[in-house]
Amino acid sequence: MKAPPFQYHRPQTREELGTLLSSLENAKILAGGQSLMPMMNLRVLAPDHLIDINRIPGLAGIRETPEGIEIGAMTRQADILSSDVVKARLPLLSRALEHVGHIQTRARGTIGGSCCHLDPSAEQPAMCAILDAEFIVTRPDGHRIVPASEWFEGLLQSALGEQEFLEAIRIKPWAKGHGYGFAEYARRHGDFAIAGGAALIEASKDGRITRAALLSFGIEASPRRLSDAEAALIDQPIGKLDLEPAVAAARALDAMEDVHVTPDYRRHLAGVLIRRALNEACTTLERQP
Amino acid sequence: MSGRFFGAAVTRVEDARLLTGTGHYVDDIELPGMLHAAFVRASFAHGRIRSIDKRDALAMPGVVAIYTMDDFADIAQGPMPPMAPHPLLKTPITYHPLSDTEVRHVGEAIAIVLADSRANAEDAAAAVILDVEYLPTVSDVALAHEANSPTAHSQHASNIAATMKAGFGDCARIFAKADHVLTEQFDIHRGGCHAMECRGVVANIDLLTDALTISTSSQSPYMVRRHLAAYLDRDENGIRVMTPDVGGGFGPKANVYAEEFAVALSTIKIRRPVKWIEDRQEHFVATTQQRGQIWSIDVAFDNNGRMRAIRGHCIHDNGAYAPYGLILPATAIASFPGPYALEALDLTVDVVLTNLVPTSPVRGACRPNVAFLLERLADRIARHLGMDRQDVRQRSFVKAEQMPYTTGLKARDGSPISYDSGDYTGALNLVLDKIAAKDFEARRKESKQRGKLRGLGIASCVEDTGIGPFEGASIRVTPAGKVIVATGASSQGQGHRTAFAQIAADALGVELEDVTVETADTAKFPLGISTIASRIAVTAGSSVQLAAHKVRAKAITFASHQLEVDEHDLELEGGAVRVKGIADMKIKLSEIARALAGSTGVPLPGNMEPDLAATAYFNSNALTFAYGANACEVEVDPETGDVRVVRYVVVHDCGKLINPLIVDGQIRGGVVHGIGNALFERMIYDEQGQPLTTTYGDYFLPMASEMPPIEIHHMETPSPRNPIGVKGAGEGGTIPAAACVISAVEDALGPNGPFIPVHPISPQQVVQWLKATR
Ligand SMILES: Cc1cc2nc3c(=O)[nH]c(=O)nc-3n(C[C@H](O)[C@H](O)[C@H](O)COP(=O)(O)OP(=O)(O)OC[C@H]3O[C@@H](n4cnc5c(N)ncnc54)[C@H](O)[C@@H]3O)c2cc1C
Repeated sequence: MKAPPFQYHRPQTREELGTLLSSLENAKILAGGQSLMPMMNLRVLAPDHLIDINRIPGLAGIRETPEGIEIGAMTRQADILSSDVVKARLPLLSRALEHVGHIQTRARGTIGGSCCHLDPSAEQPAMCAILDAEFIVTRPDGHRIVPASEWFEGLLQSALGEQEFLEAIRIKPWAKGHGYGFAEYARRHGDFAIAGGAALIEASKDGRITRAALLSFGIEASPRRLSDAEAALIDQPIGKLDLEPAVAAARALDAMEDVHVTPDYRRHLAGVLIRRALNEACTTLERQP
Repeated sequence: MSGRFFGAAVTRVEDARLLTGTGHYVDDIELPGMLHAAFVRASFAHGRIRSIDKRDALAMPGVVAIYTMDDFADIAQGPMPPMAPHPLLKTPITYHPLSDTEVRHVGEAIAIVLADSRANAEDAAAAVILDVEYLPTVSDVALAHEANSPTAHSQHASNIAATMKAGFGDCARIFAKADHVLTEQFDIHRGGCHAMECRGVVANIDLLTDALTISTSSQSPYMVRRHLAAYLDRDENGIRVMTPDVGGGFGPKANVYAEEFAVALSTIKIRRPVKWIEDRQEHFVATTQQRGQIWSIDVAFDNNGRMRAIRGHCIHDNGAYAPYGLILPATAIASFPGPYALEALDLTVDVVLTNLVPTSPVRGACRPNVAFLLERLADRIARHLGMDRQDVRQRSFVKAEQMPYTTGLKARDGSPISYDSGDYTGALNLVLDKIAAKDFEARRKESKQRGKLRGLGIASCVEDTGIGPFEGASIRVTPAGKVIVATGASSQGQGHRTAFAQIAADALGVELEDVTVETADTAKFPLGISTIASRIAVTAGSSVQLAAHKVRAKAITFASHQLEVDEHDLELEGGAVRVKGIADMKIKLSEIARALAGSTGVPLPGNMEPDLAATAYFNSNALTFAYGANACEVEVDPETGDVRVVRYVVVHDCGKLINPLIVDGQIRGGVVHGIGNALFERMIYDEQGQPLTTTYGDYFLPMASEMPPIEIHHMETPSPRNPIGVKGAGEGGTIPAAACVISAVEDALGPNGPFIPVHPISPQQVVQWLKATR
């Protein structure tokens, strides 16, 4: 379990990084290394060059901006989990991060790494999808913004181009007091989940849903928004929600199979977990007085 | 016996070193000029190697040599000697150090690459090209057992390597007349083992004397020396084997492995030190695994729920080889009749070869399987008769007043097996009391309100421990007054250094810090067997006691001469021999040791033998039987199928406790092993024998986050069969645990749920079972 030979680069600036990205063939960016290094040690991946971006200033940090909360790609999962800003304004992301790996892996692993790696069960990209995050991508000639709806291109495949890197993720928080719910099932705490669900809701003063987002992850190759079920929730009264459209939508997904579980069981879980997430969102919703 | 230290919960002397990262493991050994080895391993389960092309690989950076079996022809050849020959195994089924022609499981070592670094060795290993003729593969033991199956070894006509039979009493008569007979099929999964430290070997050769030195992460260093010496046709004296700190063994490291031989042969060939450290990927495909068995069982019982007779047939998955002979399947037979006073037993075990990694004893060997069968049967009988599960057990168990109880089975030497002491019903009653089984229904109701199904499980076991013939110990007091204990028993983290020091310190009246324990170095102690089968406290522990008493007697004799006091009036205390009642009439042990070390021209008093030292071997001729009763509670999430063990209570009797802290640690770890068996660990192979769960992402080793608090209560029935009254404690936690957890799951699923004759169970299965009960 030693990685095949590679050349190691450690740029100190974005410019150096840009030059390396545009000149090297078969190169990989090294962030927290918590997915990349195991894959190299298992010899699943054999890049010729590793570009370590840990020393480039300004790639980590959580900033509140008028356009939303910007989380630098190199921000460690542990720092996001302990951030008061995230806790207060993106509580769903905080809630989800409790389920990501272990203290040790969160101390190194980054949100950018997870969003570029795109494991189907990864919580961080899934939360980006339900929160309609924007991915700020740096390329040789500047920046481009990729909406979450265009970021996921398939199994382990993001919209990132050859010479691009992920700079930051920008998320517009939902209204103060919004309801959020998260549920996943993994065999052991910190494992990649077999399946998961998340829900966000806002409601009017009279307790009717005004805005909703629903998502299943770990079921298909990429996290899936349940758009029709979201629409069906609008105007429904909290406390008497019809959960069935959400459950049915989750159960209708094209579930993956693996050595441990069948698509049937995964679909079954998708239904159970979206219901739990939605119920939890109803309990976390702060009722307007 | 008990003293200042024996029986006390003293903290382990090993811990400061091991917990602060200053342990010294095989991988910490660095020698000048050392080469690093990586193996070329089979990526296919069955095939014949036509040729091996190593030219490209040899040209790669840092590569020094690549050897196949042919390259060792001038040193040694042929298959490795069997560790435990058995008359039923007509020809030994052992590995070659490197596979020479036919490869029989994924992961089998074919060639060894020596390079200046492990990374370079791995690069080159990947570049060795094999030309292979693929052969039909059999990876499912039930299929392998069928008459027309492909064979795991192409030259064999059948995969059945041996058929073992055992029993007693008149089964036919009892079954014919029994009130009830039930038949059940059981499928117990093989599972892996996974010590924290994988295997590893460093071999070195003395260029002047040709002597070999081998450091290996092993439970059986003396067996490595013995078999390697036989294979190399060398005298044992020219081979030194030692085990530095070993990060867990649990059974698989008791084998003598092909890699140990291949590394030794490479060192002899290249005349440089060679290091091989097994990585986790290799561990999944090259280290022996647990105990897959399929059982078909008939049980006869009466209207009162008394279990009377069992007839059983077993298909035992031995994997591709039998390096450890038939030891593993033999432990299945030896685990009957457990705590049950059966009138008759009739067992047949077909030992079957498959194209998978071999199985060999892992914590409990096949005892957990048999505990699973017997305990599941007891639950099954209770359900059939509508009785309480504990009533079936109480009516069927061997009673305390029947001790010593002759089971009806025979030991390997033909002598009748007899349980020495114990109170099985008492243990069960105690555990039910401790878990408050009486109030369980209230807890079930409370869980129900939270949407969870709660179940209570129980399971008991009896465990044969302390198997002979011996482990020995020598004790020497140095002129500085320090006590050095040496034993051949190797240590894998069990706390031997603490436990042996406790025994020696009491006998010699010294402090724990004055005792140093040296384990498992063939240069420091001449003989050893293996640290396996919960035998070290009985064998080595007793030998330490016997040796310490010899040293004590010698010190007293010396002091009696010097002080001119009768021996009976002397005692050992505070590092000295002193006259009872007269505190300042004493001679320090250091002075005695110095005097017995001799000075030119000065005769020793009373013409005594020099050296304040002694060696002793306790011959453990009869097994001693530990036992336990477990109870646990699980909560099942009926929607996801998740099972969580929420309480676990153990009552355990391993005779006198040398150190309750250490025993608790053994039991707690053992229970976790069993919970892993019941709920988590599944080693999956496809039909082609390809392992599909070879990382910890896919192979679910239990983690602390899923484990319940484990409450332990001891009963202490001294064993009459050794001088310190102990019984083994290394496996008693594991043996009943899977049975106990599955019993609880079945109870949670309710009276309409299925009988569960398998493990591990999965959440997916639980959801299906619940669907079927609705
Ligand atoms: C034991 C264990 C348990 C885990 N459990 C979970 C879990 O439960 N849930 C979960 O979601 N994850 C889990 N992970 C994965 C973990 O969250 C990783 O940290 C994460 O997937 C990758 O982040 P990283 O910073 O470590 O990225 P790296 O491993 O360094 O990189 C991952 C990939 O992203 C690319 N990359 C990284 N940063 C950038 C960038 N800025 N721009 C462009 N490309 C980039 C790399 O080139 C690489 O291809 C676990 C990992 C381990 C070891």
